[in-house]
Amino acid sequence: MSKSFFGYRRENGRVGVRNHVIILPLDDLSNAAAEAVANNIKGALALPHHYGRLQFGADLELHFRTLIGTGANPNVAAVVVIGIEPGWTGRVVKGIEATGKPVAGFSIEGHGDISTIASASRAAKDFVHWASERVREEAPISDLWVSVKCGESDTTSGLASNPTVGNFIDKVDALGATTCFGETSELTGAEKVCAARAATPEVAEKFLKTWTAYNDFILANKTNDLSESQPTKGNIEGGLSTIEEKAFGNFQKIGHKARYIDVLEPAEAPSKGPGLYFMDTSSAAAECVTLQAAAGFAVHLFPTGQGNVIGNPIVPVIKLTANPRTVRTMPEHIDLDVSGILRRELTFDEAGDRLLALALRTANGRVTAAEALGHREFVMTKLYRSA
Amino acid sequence: MSAPDFLVHDSADNVGVVVVENAEAGRALSGWVIENDSTIQVPSIDRIPLGHKIALVDIPADATIVKYGHGIGRTVAPIARGGHVHVQNLKTRRW
Repeated sequence: MSKSFFGYRRENGRVGVRNHVIILPLDDLSNAAAEAVANNIKGALALPHHYGRLQFGADLELHFRTLIGTGANPNVAAVVVIGIEPGWTGRVVKGIEATGKPVAGFSIEGHGDISTIASASRAAKDFVHWASERVREEAPISDLWVSVKCGESDTTSGLASNPTVGNFIDKVDALGATTCFGETSELTGAEKVCAARAATPEVAEKFLKTWTAYNDFILANKTNDLSESQPTKGNIEGGLSTIEEKAFGNFQKIGHKARYIDVLEPAEAPSKGPGLYFMDTSSAAAECVTLQAAAGFAVHLFPTGQGNVIGNPIVPVIKLTANPRTVRTMPEHIDLDVSGILRRELTFDEAGDRLLALALRTANGRVTAAEALGHREFVMTKLYRSA
Repeated sequence: MSAPDFLVHDSADNVGVVVVENAEAGRALSGWVIENDSTIQVPSIDRIPLGHKIALVDIPADATIVKYGHGIGRTVAPIARGGHVHVQNLKTRRW
């Protein structure tokens, strides 16, 4: 099997698998202008979201880290930032500029939407022309950054689709890829087993501290055993009964050999070199994938049981399932069917090879089900109320 | 080999997962234990939907359901061998 892919090598050396020009609103107020620019300029993509006003402290830092990281992701060729005022807009522009990619900022106060949209549209048009002349080049698998997260899981996830992702992780970890899993709350019940997979006792301690903080937050705010929230209604319909059962299924995604080398804050870029990373995230699909994309991951693997339909605006999300009913009832959402594992027609090793081949084809440009269907869930994580 | 009706992760588990859509009550179901690649037989006493768990042994109330070789919760009612194990008789120990 080929161990390389064709991607876009960016100014900072990272390799992207898509070539987006994005229109990034700083705040909720700037969504309308951002969407108008993306409507004017074909090939530009707006990323509207709900936040960015009156946030403070760690919540504000996460907001900036997510926006700057999204713009910095190597799947993005160039960025237009639009905000209500120039100060925070400039902070996002400056953060993305550090990658060396083209970026321009526009603020609305003192100009109004129409004038801002005109100026930003001219910049976006220039960026689209520029991006359209970038050329893919061959890159080793060690230049591929892959994140994983499962959703609308059921017991078939833990039996087959998550172990398929785990088989992939073991294979690419040995080849020097950079990978990431998250879902802090959804390791509850398996947290000790997960801690034992850390590369060093220090990393294990960092993981347990992160997990304990999240679990304490849940214990402080819960009004019942979270049944129907975590596990979700869909999880329960699919046969998952408790968070512990869901956690052990979730944990299958990191395989048997790879050890995680660091614990990342939400949206924090890895800095310890190639290897597997754990990121502190919510277990809500779009929030988690958005944070992983903002940390720089360029391809996402998403095993599902009952049939989650998620995508992301800048990262191709490859969905796989082992549930034969989901394959039959929701085929347009599924990129890889591994239900053969349940019938003993397919081994875990064969399924992992198929996923690796599909991930490389996707990196080369193959459109995912989520991309073809226009799924662009971009959901900022908010830590607490605004001031 | 024929396709199994249910799968068991670990030889220590007291439940399996039904992977077919026709596990009606009273059927002799065959299971594949992934860990040691063995085959076991359990007759179902309930209709068990695809993805739901079947008790491999008689399990009393206030016992631990073991899956993946680890505890995944506490039984709140006794469950007979071949019975349906889910939220009606199994609860989290954590939240």
